[in-house]
Amino acid sequence: MKFIDEYRDPEAAAGYARALRRITTRPWTLMEVCGGQTHAIVKFGVDELLPPEVTLVHGPGCPVCVTPLELIEKAIEIAAMPHVIFCSFGDMLRVPGDTHDLLTVKARGGDVRIVYSPLDAVALARANPQSEVVFFAVGFETTAPANAMAVFQASRLGLTNFSMLVSHVLVPPAMEAILSSPRSRVQGFLAAGHVCTVMGYTEYESLVEKYHVPIVVTGFEPLDILQGVYMCVKQLEEGRAVVENQYARAVRRTGNLPAQELVSKVFRVVPRKWRGIGEIPQSGLALAPAYAGFDAELRFGVAGHSADEPAECCSGQIMQGLLKPHQCPAFGARCTPEHPLGATMVSSEGSCAAYYRYRRLQLPVMDRTNEKVVARGV
Amino acid sequence: MLRSGRVDFAGVVKQVNLSYVPDARVGEFVLVHVGFAISTVDESEARQVFEYLEQMGELAELEEGNRP
Repeated sequence: MKFIDEYRDPEAAAGYARALRRITTRPWTLMEVCGGQTHAIVKFGVDELLPPEVTLVHGPGCPVCVTPLELIEKAIEIAAMPHVIFCSFGDMLRVPGDTHDLLTVKARGGDVRIVYSPLDAVALARANPQSEVVFFAVGFETTAPANAMAVFQASRLGLTNFSMLVSHVLVPPAMEAILSSPRSRVQGFLAAGHVCTVMGYTEYESLVEKYHVPIVVTGFEPLDILQGVYMCVKQLEEGRAVVENQYARAVRRTGNLPAQELVSKVFRVVPRKWRGIGEIPQSGLALAPAYAGFDAELRFGVAGHSADEPAECCSGQIMQGLLKPHQCPAFGARCTPEHPLGATMVSSEGSCAAYYRYRRLQLPVMDRTNEKVVARGV
Repeated sequence: MLRSGRVDFAGVVKQVNLSYVPDARVGEFVLVHVGFAISTVDESEARQVFEYLEQMGELAELEEGNRP
Protein backbone atom coordinates (compact mmCIF):
# COMPACT_ATOMS: atom_id res chain seq x y z
CA MET A 1 0.00 0.00 0.00
CA LYS A 2 1.46 3.31 -0.95
CA PHE A 3 1.84 6.11 1.62
CA ILE A 4 0.72 3.87 4.50
CA ASP A 5 3.00 0.88 5.14
CA GLU A 6 6.19 2.93 4.77
CA TYR A 7 5.12 5.02 7.73
CA ARG A 8 4.97 1.96 9.99
CA ASP A 9 8.62 0.99 9.50
CA PRO A 10 10.01 -0.29 12.84
CA GLU A 11 13.63 0.70 12.13
CA ALA A 12 12.70 4.28 11.39
CA ALA A 13 10.46 4.31 14.49
CA ALA A 14 13.40 3.12 16.59
CA GLY A 15 15.47 5.91 15.03
CA TYR A 16 12.96 8.53 16.15
CA ALA A 17 12.78 6.96 19.61
CA ARG A 18 16.59 7.23 19.95
CA ALA A 19 16.60 10.82 18.69
CA LEU A 20 13.87 11.74 21.17
CA ARG A 21 15.75 10.21 24.09
CA ARG A 22 18.81 12.19 23.09
CA ILE A 23 17.09 15.59 23.17
CA THR A 24 14.69 15.12 26.13
CA THR A 25 15.99 16.52 29.43
CA ARG A 26 12.77 17.45 31.27
CA PRO A 27 9.18 16.18 31.65
CA TRP A 28 6.78 17.34 28.94
CA THR A 29 3.04 16.77 28.47
CA LEU A 30 1.73 16.87 24.91
CA MET A 31 -1.82 16.45 23.66
CA GLU A 32 -2.69 14.75 20.38
CA VAL A 33 -5.90 16.46 19.35
CA CYS A 34 -7.48 13.86 17.09
CA GLY A 35 -9.05 10.57 18.12
CA GLY A 36 -7.61 8.91 15.01
CA GLN A 37 -4.14 9.76 16.34
CA THR A 38 -5.08 8.38 19.78
CA HIS A 39 -6.07 5.07 18.22
CA ALA A 40 -2.82 4.86 16.23
CA ILE A 41 -0.78 5.65 19.37
CA VAL A 42 -2.48 2.98 21.46
CA LYS A 43 -2.72 0.40 18.65
CA PHE A 44 0.94 0.63 17.58
CA GLY A 45 2.31 1.32 21.08
CA VAL A 46 3.83 4.64 20.00
CA ASP A 47 3.65 5.92 23.60
CA GLU A 48 5.76 2.97 24.75
CA LEU A 49 8.60 4.11 22.47
CA LEU A 50 8.76 7.55 24.07
CA PRO A 51 11.21 8.52 26.81
CA PRO A 52 9.60 8.35 30.29
CA GLU A 53 9.66 12.16 30.52
CA VAL A 54 7.23 12.56 27.60
CA THR A 55 3.53 12.03 28.35
CA LEU A 56 0.80 12.03 25.70
CA VAL A 57 -2.69 13.00 26.81
CA HIS A 58 -5.65 12.44 24.55
CA GLY A 59 -7.66 15.31 23.15
CA PRO A 60 -11.31 16.00 22.31
CA GLY A 61 -10.98 15.22 18.57
CA CYS A 62 -13.69 12.59 18.39
CA PRO A 63 -16.84 14.08 16.86
CA VAL A 64 -19.11 11.30 18.09
CA CYS A 65 -17.76 11.75 21.64
CA VAL A 66 -18.44 15.47 21.88
CA THR A 67 -21.95 15.44 20.35
CA PRO A 68 -24.17 16.60 23.24
CA LEU A 69 -26.68 14.25 24.77
CA GLU A 70 -29.65 16.49 23.91
CA LEU A 71 -28.77 16.20 20.23
CA ILE A 72 -28.77 12.41 20.50
CA GLU A 73 -32.20 12.74 22.11
CA LYS A 74 -33.39 14.90 19.20
CA ALA A 75 -32.02 12.33 16.75
CA ILE A 76 -33.86 9.55 18.58
CA GLU A 77 -37.11 11.53 18.54
CA ILE A 78 -36.88 12.30 14.80
CA ALA A 79 -35.77 8.78 13.85
CA ALA A 80 -38.82 7.28 15.56
CA MET A 81 -41.25 9.41 13.52
CA PRO A 82 -43.26 7.70 10.77
CA HIS A 83 -42.22 8.43 7.16
CA VAL A 84 -38.70 9.39 8.29
CA ILE A 85 -35.58 7.72 6.91
CA PHE A 86 -32.88 8.66 9.41
CA CYS A 87 -29.32 8.43 8.03
CA SER A 88 -26.12 8.52 10.03
CA PHE A 89 -22.52 7.37 10.10
CA GLY A 90 -22.38 4.01 11.89
CA ASP A 91 -20.67 5.20 15.10
CA MET A 92 -23.60 7.35 16.16
CA LEU A 93 -26.11 4.49 16.35
CA ARG A 94 -24.76 3.01 19.56
CA VAL A 95 -24.11 6.22 21.47
CA PRO A 96 -26.33 6.08 24.55
CA GLY A 97 -28.99 8.75 24.90
CA ASP A 98 -30.94 9.31 28.09
CA THR A 99 -32.70 5.94 27.95
CA HIS A 100 -31.77 4.27 24.66
CA ASP A 101 -29.83 4.67 21.40
CA LEU A 102 -30.60 4.95 17.68
CA LEU A 103 -30.03 1.24 17.22
CA THR A 104 -32.92 0.61 19.63
CA VAL A 105 -35.12 2.89 17.51
CA LYS A 106 -34.18 0.74 14.51
CA ALA A 107 -34.91 -2.47 16.43
CA ARG A 108 -38.37 -1.11 17.27
CA GLY A 109 -39.14 -0.54 13.61
CA GLY A 110 -37.71 2.92 12.92
CA ASP A 111 -36.08 3.37 9.48
CA VAL A 112 -32.52 4.13 10.60
CA ARG A 113 -29.79 3.63 8.01
CA ILE A 114 -26.01 3.77 8.04
CA VAL A 115 -24.56 5.71 5.11
CA TYR A 116 -20.97 6.06 3.94
CA SER A 117 -21.32 9.61 2.67
CA PRO A 118 -23.86 12.43 3.14
CA LEU A 119 -24.39 12.32 -0.62
CA ASP A 120 -25.88 8.84 -0.12
CA ALA A 121 -28.57 10.49 2.01
CA VAL A 122 -29.27 13.01 -0.77
CA ALA A 123 -29.62 10.10 -3.22
CA LEU A 124 -32.06 8.40 -0.82
CA ALA A 125 -34.13 11.61 -0.67
CA ARG A 126 -34.33 11.67 -4.48
CA ALA A 127 -35.32 8.01 -4.62
CA ASN A 128 -37.92 8.26 -1.83
CA PRO A 129 -39.96 11.43 -2.46
CA GLN A 130 -42.73 10.14 -0.17
CA SER A 131 -40.33 10.00 2.83
CA GLU A 132 -38.51 12.63 4.87
CA VAL A 133 -34.78 11.87 4.72
CA VAL A 134 -32.76 13.27 7.63
CA PHE A 135 -28.97 13.15 7.84
CA PHE A 136 -27.22 13.37 11.23
CA ALA A 137 -24.39 15.79 10.38
CA VAL A 138 -21.78 15.19 13.05
CA GLY A 139 -18.14 16.04 12.60
CA PHE A 140 -15.20 18.41 12.61
CA GLU A 141 -13.83 20.62 9.82
CA THR A 142 -12.80 17.46 7.94
CA THR A 143 -16.43 16.41 7.43
CA ALA A 144 -17.95 19.88 6.99
CA PRO A 145 -17.13 20.16 3.25
CA ALA A 146 -18.94 16.88 2.51
CA ASN A 147 -22.00 17.93 4.51
CA ALA A 148 -21.97 21.40 2.95
CA MET A 149 -21.97 19.78 -0.49
CA ALA A 150 -24.91 17.55 0.44
CA VAL A 151 -27.02 20.57 1.47
CA PHE A 152 -25.87 22.54 -1.56
CA GLN A 153 -26.84 19.68 -3.87
CA ALA A 154 -30.20 19.15 -2.17
CA SER A 155 -30.88 22.87 -2.63
CA ARG A 156 -29.81 22.80 -6.29
CA LEU A 157 -32.01 19.77 -6.93
CA GLY A 158 -34.94 21.48 -5.22
CA LEU A 159 -35.38 18.59 -2.75
CA THR A 160 -38.01 19.42 -0.15
CA ASN A 161 -37.77 16.09 1.71
CA PHE A 162 -34.12 16.33 2.75
CA SER A 163 -32.86 17.91 6.00
CA MET A 164 -29.92 17.80 8.36
CA LEU A 165 -29.58 17.55 12.13
CA VAL A 166 -26.38 19.55 12.51
CA SER A 167 -23.85 19.11 15.32
CA HIS A 168 -20.68 20.39 13.71
CA VAL A 169 -17.73 21.40 15.86
CA LEU A 170 -14.50 23.32 15.27
CA VAL A 171 -11.09 22.35 16.62
CA PRO A 172 -9.16 25.61 17.31
CA PRO A 173 -11.75 27.01 19.81
CA ALA A 174 -11.60 23.70 21.73
CA MET A 175 -7.80 23.87 21.83
CA GLU A 176 -8.07 27.41 23.15
CA ALA A 177 -10.61 26.29 25.80
CA ILE A 178 -8.13 23.64 26.97
CA LEU A 179 -5.22 26.09 27.01
CA SER A 180 -7.14 28.75 28.93
CA SER A 181 -8.28 26.31 31.63
CA PRO A 182 -6.27 26.79 34.84
CA ARG A 183 -6.14 23.00 35.25
CA SER A 184 -4.56 22.42 31.83
CA ARG A 185 -1.41 20.27 31.77
CA VAL A 186 -0.86 20.62 28.03
CA GLN A 187 2.50 22.11 27.02
CA GLY A 188 2.37 21.33 23.31
CA PHE A 189 -0.12 20.10 20.72
CA LEU A 190 -0.02 17.60 17.90
CA ALA A 191 -2.72 19.23 15.76
CA ALA A 192 -5.11 17.05 13.75
CA GLY A 193 -3.65 16.60 10.26
CA HIS A 194 -6.91 15.84 8.48
CA VAL A 195 -8.69 18.90 9.91
CA CYS A 196 -5.75 20.94 8.57
CA THR A 197 -6.03 19.47 5.06
CA VAL A 198 -9.29 21.45 4.90
CA MET A 199 -8.56 24.49 7.10
CA GLY A 200 -4.78 24.85 6.77
CA TYR A 201 -2.95 26.04 9.89
CA THR A 202 -3.04 29.83 9.87
CA GLU A 203 -5.62 29.78 12.72
CA TYR A 204 -3.01 28.22 15.02
CA GLU A 205 -0.54 31.05 14.58
CA SER A 206 -2.50 33.35 16.89
CA LEU A 207 -2.92 30.55 19.46
CA VAL A 208 0.82 29.97 19.54
CA GLU A 209 1.45 33.67 19.98
CA LYS A 210 -1.12 34.06 22.76
CA TYR A 211 -0.29 30.93 24.80
CA HIS A 212 3.32 30.32 23.77
CA VAL A 213 2.65 26.63 23.17
CA PRO A 214 4.16 24.77 20.20
CA ILE A 215 1.66 23.31 17.73
CA VAL A 216 2.82 20.70 15.21
CA VAL A 217 0.36 19.67 12.48
CA THR A 218 0.73 15.88 12.55
CA GLY A 219 -0.36 12.89 10.49
CA PHE A 220 -1.84 9.57 11.61
CA GLU A 221 0.73 6.85 11.03
CA PRO A 222 3.20 5.82 13.75
CA LEU A 223 6.17 7.57 12.11
CA ASP A 224 4.12 10.73 11.59
CA ILE A 225 3.26 10.81 15.29
CA LEU A 226 6.83 10.08 16.38
CA GLN A 227 8.14 12.87 14.18
CA GLY A 228 5.40 15.20 15.45
CA VAL A 229 6.38 14.43 19.05
CA TYR A 230 10.05 14.95 18.19
CA MET A 231 9.40 18.34 16.56
CA CYS A 232 7.23 19.43 19.50
CA VAL A 233 9.72 18.31 22.20
CA LYS A 234 12.58 19.93 20.28
CA GLN A 235 10.75 23.26 20.35
CA LEU A 236 9.99 22.89 24.07
CA GLU A 237 13.57 21.99 24.94
CA GLU A 238 14.81 25.00 22.96
CA GLY A 239 12.20 27.31 24.53
CA ARG A 240 10.53 28.02 21.20
CA ALA A 241 6.85 27.98 20.26
CA VAL A 242 5.87 28.07 16.59
CA VAL A 243 3.48 26.28 14.25
CA GLU A 244 5.20 23.52 12.29
CA ASN A 245 3.82 21.14 9.67
CA GLN A 246 4.87 17.51 9.97
CA TYR A 247 2.13 16.36 7.55
CA ALA A 248 3.22 18.38 4.51
CA ARG A 249 2.42 15.54 2.11
CA ALA A 250 -1.30 16.27 2.69
CA VAL A 251 -1.53 19.68 4.39
CA ARG A 252 -0.90 23.07 2.81
CA ARG A 253 -0.69 26.25 4.93
CA THR A 254 -3.93 27.73 3.57
CA GLY A 255 -5.77 24.39 3.39
CA ASN A 256 -8.37 23.50 0.79
CA LEU A 257 -9.84 26.78 -0.46
CA PRO A 258 -12.76 25.43 -2.56
CA ALA A 259 -13.85 23.37 0.47
CA GLN A 260 -13.61 26.38 2.83
CA GLU A 261 -15.60 28.45 0.38
CA LEU A 262 -18.60 26.10 0.28
CA VAL A 263 -18.48 25.50 4.05
CA SER A 264 -18.68 29.24 4.74
CA LYS A 265 -21.53 29.59 2.24
CA VAL A 266 -23.70 26.80 3.68
CA PHE A 267 -22.81 27.10 7.38
CA ARG A 268 -22.32 29.87 9.95
CA VAL A 269 -20.19 29.83 13.11
CA VAL A 270 -22.19 29.47 16.36
CA PRO A 271 -21.51 28.68 20.04
CA ARG A 272 -21.75 24.92 20.57
CA LYS A 273 -22.05 22.65 23.59
CA TRP A 274 -19.47 19.84 23.74
CA ARG A 275 -20.51 16.67 25.52
CA GLY A 276 -18.57 16.32 28.76
CA ILE A 277 -16.90 19.74 28.37
CA GLY A 278 -19.67 22.34 28.15
CA GLU A 279 -20.39 25.26 25.88
CA ILE A 280 -17.45 26.74 23.98
CA PRO A 281 -17.97 30.12 22.22
CA GLN A 282 -17.77 30.15 18.40
CA SER A 283 -16.93 26.45 18.38
CA GLY A 284 -19.60 25.03 16.09
CA LEU A 285 -21.31 25.29 12.74
CA ALA A 286 -25.03 25.60 12.06
CA LEU A 287 -26.82 26.08 8.74
CA ALA A 288 -26.60 29.62 7.35
CA PRO A 289 -29.92 31.55 7.10
CA ALA A 290 -30.16 30.89 3.34
CA TYR A 291 -30.15 27.13 4.04
CA ALA A 292 -32.28 27.15 7.23
CA GLY A 293 -35.01 25.32 5.29
CA PHE A 294 -32.81 22.20 5.54
CA ASP A 295 -32.53 22.39 9.34
CA ALA A 296 -34.13 19.24 10.79
CA GLU A 297 -34.47 20.83 14.25
CA LEU A 298 -36.76 23.50 12.81
CA ARG A 299 -38.57 21.17 10.41
CA PHE A 300 -39.49 18.63 13.11
CA GLY A 301 -39.86 21.08 16.00
CA VAL A 302 -37.42 19.34 18.33
CA ALA A 303 -35.59 22.46 19.46
CA GLY A 304 -36.10 22.22 23.23
CA HIS A 305 -34.48 19.02 24.56
CA SER A 306 -32.21 19.04 27.56
CA ALA A 307 -30.68 15.98 29.18
CA ASP A 308 -28.26 15.15 31.97
CA GLU A 309 -25.05 13.19 31.55
CA PRO A 310 -24.68 9.98 33.53
CA ALA A 311 -22.79 11.10 36.65
CA GLU A 312 -20.44 8.14 36.49
CA CYS A 313 -18.97 8.97 33.05
CA CYS A 314 -15.79 11.07 33.24
CA SER A 315 -15.27 11.44 29.49
CA GLY A 316 -15.13 15.25 29.85
CA GLN A 317 -12.02 15.04 32.01
CA ILE A 318 -10.51 12.45 29.69
CA MET A 319 -11.03 14.64 26.62
CA GLN A 320 -9.38 17.60 28.33
CA GLY A 321 -6.31 15.53 29.16
CA LEU A 322 -6.99 15.49 32.92
CA LEU A 323 -7.53 11.72 33.21
CA LYS A 324 -6.53 8.65 31.20
CA PRO A 325 -9.34 6.20 30.30
CA HIS A 326 -8.19 3.40 32.63
CA GLN A 327 -8.18 5.81 35.59
CA CYS A 328 -11.99 5.90 35.42
CA PRO A 329 -13.44 3.48 38.00
CA ALA A 330 -16.08 2.30 35.52
CA PHE A 331 -13.58 1.51 32.72
CA GLY A 332 -13.79 -2.06 31.47
CA ALA A 333 -16.17 -3.00 34.29
CA ARG A 334 -19.46 -1.10 34.17
CA CYS A 335 -18.45 0.64 30.94
CA THR A 336 -17.53 -1.46 27.90
CA PRO A 337 -18.11 -1.02 24.14
CA GLU A 338 -21.13 -3.39 24.46
CA HIS A 339 -22.60 -1.40 27.37
CA PRO A 340 -21.07 2.09 27.19
CA LEU A 341 -21.74 4.82 29.75
CA GLY A 342 -20.43 7.49 27.40
CA ALA A 343 -19.56 8.11 23.78
CA THR A 344 -15.77 7.83 24.26
CA MET A 345 -16.32 4.09 24.78
CA VAL A 346 -18.37 3.75 21.58
CA SER A 347 -16.65 5.61 18.80
CA SER A 348 -13.83 4.20 16.71
CA GLU A 349 -12.09 7.49 17.57
CA GLY A 350 -12.90 7.50 21.29
CA SER A 351 -9.93 7.13 23.63
CA CYS A 352 -11.77 4.81 26.06
CA ALA A 353 -12.57 2.49 23.14
CA ALA A 354 -8.90 2.56 22.08
CA TYR A 355 -7.70 1.59 25.58
CA TYR A 356 -10.37 -1.09 25.84
CA ARG A 357 -9.57 -2.56 22.45
CA TYR A 358 -5.78 -2.58 22.59
CA ARG A 359 -4.73 -2.31 26.24
CA ARG A 360 -7.27 -3.71 28.65
CA LEU A 361 -5.34 -6.91 29.34
CA GLN A 362 -2.26 -4.97 30.40
CA LEU A 363 -3.91 -2.24 32.43
CA PRO A 364 -4.68 -2.37 36.11
CA VAL A 365 -8.34 -1.60 36.81
CA MET A 366 -10.02 -0.34 39.94
CA ASP A 367 -11.73 -3.10 41.88
CA ARG A 368 -14.77 -1.58 43.51
CA THR A 369 -15.40 -4.30 46.06
CA ASN A 370 -12.23 -3.82 48.10
CA GLU A 371 -11.06 -0.47 46.69
CA LYS A 372 -7.66 -1.66 45.56
CA VAL A 373 -5.98 -1.89 42.22
CA VAL A 374 -5.92 -5.39 40.83
CA ALA A 375 -4.12 -6.70 37.78
CA ARG A 376 -6.37 -7.96 35.00
CA GLY A 377 -5.88 -10.78 32.54
CA VAL A 378 -2.42 -12.10 31.87
CA MET B 1 -19.77 20.75 -9.70
CA LEU B 2 -20.07 17.03 -8.98
CA ARG B 3 -16.83 15.87 -10.56
CA SER B 4 -16.12 12.33 -9.46
CA GLY B 5 -13.65 9.55 -10.17
CA ARG B 6 -12.74 6.00 -9.28
CA VAL B 7 -10.28 5.67 -6.42
CA ASP B 8 -8.39 2.45 -5.67
CA PHE B 9 -8.04 1.81 -1.91
CA ALA B 10 -5.45 -0.98 -2.06
CA GLY B 11 -7.74 -3.11 -4.21
CA VAL B 12 -11.18 -1.81 -3.26
CA VAL B 13 -12.36 0.63 -5.92
CA LYS B 14 -14.94 3.28 -5.01
CA GLN B 15 -16.50 6.22 -6.76
CA VAL B 16 -15.27 9.36 -4.97
CA ASN B 17 -16.37 12.99 -5.27
CA LEU B 18 -13.52 15.16 -6.62
CA SER B 19 -15.16 18.60 -6.37
CA TYR B 20 -12.63 19.79 -3.78
CA VAL B 21 -9.50 18.62 -5.63
CA PRO B 22 -10.00 20.32 -9.02
CA ASP B 23 -6.34 19.74 -9.96
CA ALA B 24 -6.28 15.98 -9.22
CA ARG B 25 -5.32 13.89 -12.25
CA VAL B 26 -5.53 10.17 -13.06
CA GLY B 27 -2.74 8.28 -11.27
CA GLU B 28 -2.39 10.73 -8.37
CA PHE B 29 -2.96 9.81 -4.73
CA VAL B 30 -5.77 11.53 -2.83
CA LEU B 31 -6.89 11.63 0.80
CA VAL B 32 -10.55 10.57 1.00
CA HIS B 33 -13.03 11.31 3.79
CA VAL B 34 -16.73 10.27 3.72
CA GLY B 35 -16.72 9.91 -0.04
CA PHE B 36 -14.89 13.17 -0.80
CA ALA B 37 -11.26 13.67 -1.79
CA ILE B 38 -10.09 16.53 0.44
CA SER B 39 -6.39 16.68 -0.48
CA THR B 40 -3.90 15.37 -3.01
CA VAL B 41 -0.76 13.67 -1.72
CA ASP B 42 2.41 15.61 -2.53
CA GLU B 43 4.86 12.86 -3.45
CA SER B 44 7.87 15.16 -3.11
CA GLU B 45 6.92 15.82 0.53
CA ALA B 46 6.14 12.17 1.24
CA ARG B 47 9.76 11.24 1.90
CA GLN B 48 10.46 14.03 4.36
CA VAL B 49 9.75 11.88 7.44
CA PHE B 50 12.74 9.73 6.35
CA GLU B 51 14.90 12.63 5.20
CA TYR B 52 14.45 14.32 8.59
CA LEU B 53 15.66 11.11 10.24
CA GLU B 54 18.60 10.85 7.83
CA GLN B 55 19.65 14.38 8.69
CA MET B 56 19.77 13.39 12.35
CA GLY B 57 21.97 10.42 11.41
CA GLU B 58 19.41 7.93 12.70
CA LEU B 59 18.61 6.10 9.48
CA ALA B 60 21.97 4.43 8.78
CA GLU B 61 20.68 0.90 9.34
CA LEU B 62 17.58 1.31 7.19
CA GLU B 63 17.77 -0.77 4.05
CA GLU B 64 17.24 0.95 0.75
CA GLY B 65 14.27 -1.32 -0.10
CA ASN B 66 12.26 -0.19 2.93
CA ARG B 67 12.03 3.39 1.78
CA PRO B 68 9.11 4.79 -0.17
